[in-house]
Amino acid sequence: MTLTVNGSTRPLPRPANVAALLRDCGLDPAVVVVERNGTIVPGADYAATPLEPGDTLEILSFVGGG
Amino acid sequence: MTTTPEPDDFLEIGGTRLQSRLFVGTGKFGDDALIPAVCEASGAQVITMALRRVDLDAGPANLMGHIPAHMVRLPNTSGARTADEAVRIARLARAMGCGHWIKIEVVADSRHLLPDGYATARATETLAREGFVVLPYMNPDLYVARSLADAGAAAVMPLGAPIGTNRGLRTREMIAVLIEDLDLPVIVDAGIGRPSQACEAMEMGAAACLVNTAIATAADPVGMARAFGRAVAAGREAFLSGPGAVRARASASSPLTGFLGQDGGRAPQEVAP
Repeated sequence: MTLTVNGSTRPLPRPANVAALLRDCGLDPAVVVVERNGTIVPGADYAATPLEPGDTLEILSFVGGG
Repeated sequence: MTTTPEPDDFLEIGGTRLQSRLFVGTGKFGDDALIPAVCEASGAQVITMALRRVDLDAGPANLMGHIPAHMVRLPNTSGARTADEAVRIARLARAMGCGHWIKIEVVADSRHLLPDGYATARATETLAREGFVVLPYMNPDLYVARSLADAGAAAVMPLGAPIGTNRGLRTREMIAVLIEDLDLPVIVDAGIGRPSQACEAMEMGAAACLVNTAIATAADPVGMARAFGRAVAAGREAFLSGPGAVRARASASSPLTGFLGQDGGRAPQEVAP
């Protein structure tokens, strides 16, 4: 299936959940925050949150700022 | 150490007592690995950061790995152009599990980078209701400041000069109005380029200063962080000590009596021409 992740399309095999997407992106779940279709996914729910074709995801982390 | 504050002088924000009145930022460092030494040298207890999309090719930055555990995290909502965007960023930042303090920045004008006070007040109201400790970045405008106070802000953060300019307290008179009028802490944020300028803000009665660019872009950020820590502490102590009156005319510091060779008890300065 195809997702939109941080503004770009990205393929991901089904079935998938948020934890699988983070693994596929090579990201440590502890240092990111994820929004799925405009709703924040709590860190404890990554594995229990399924992804559907066409989902829009934002994956963010802290960077330097004032 | 010279930066030790009066033991009973603390800044309380959102139920947290801070001994240091210097907040530091994490932007623009040539090497984020300097951040722990900057925190230690400055004595700061509050540190800011921003939230951004992860670059999926490069992976996330390790910023949080450089921030000492005892620091209060103050994420900002930079990048927000509307109140709704600021609220969205604040909720995401809180979901990162780094506390519930938020510095609201709503900037719709990318040329001047000045904050939108009306949108900031709306975001402040929403987030304060959700239990955030809200510190809004603002133009030092009395009516906006009162709106922010009414909306539940824990402090206000007026700019001293446009962000990143190192130009000092250009808004001095307006910040003085906020300090006089508000019951909230006034934390000068943006534009402070030199320790002397931070010291001046503290002498005026500012509750704290937030400094990022001036430290991060110094040739020696750790040395500059230490200098800012001392300047803020010195300015605070000066404020608490009640600066003497400013006078238009000269007033001798030494006695004007008892001069050598004095005749008739009159000081030479008092002899009519």
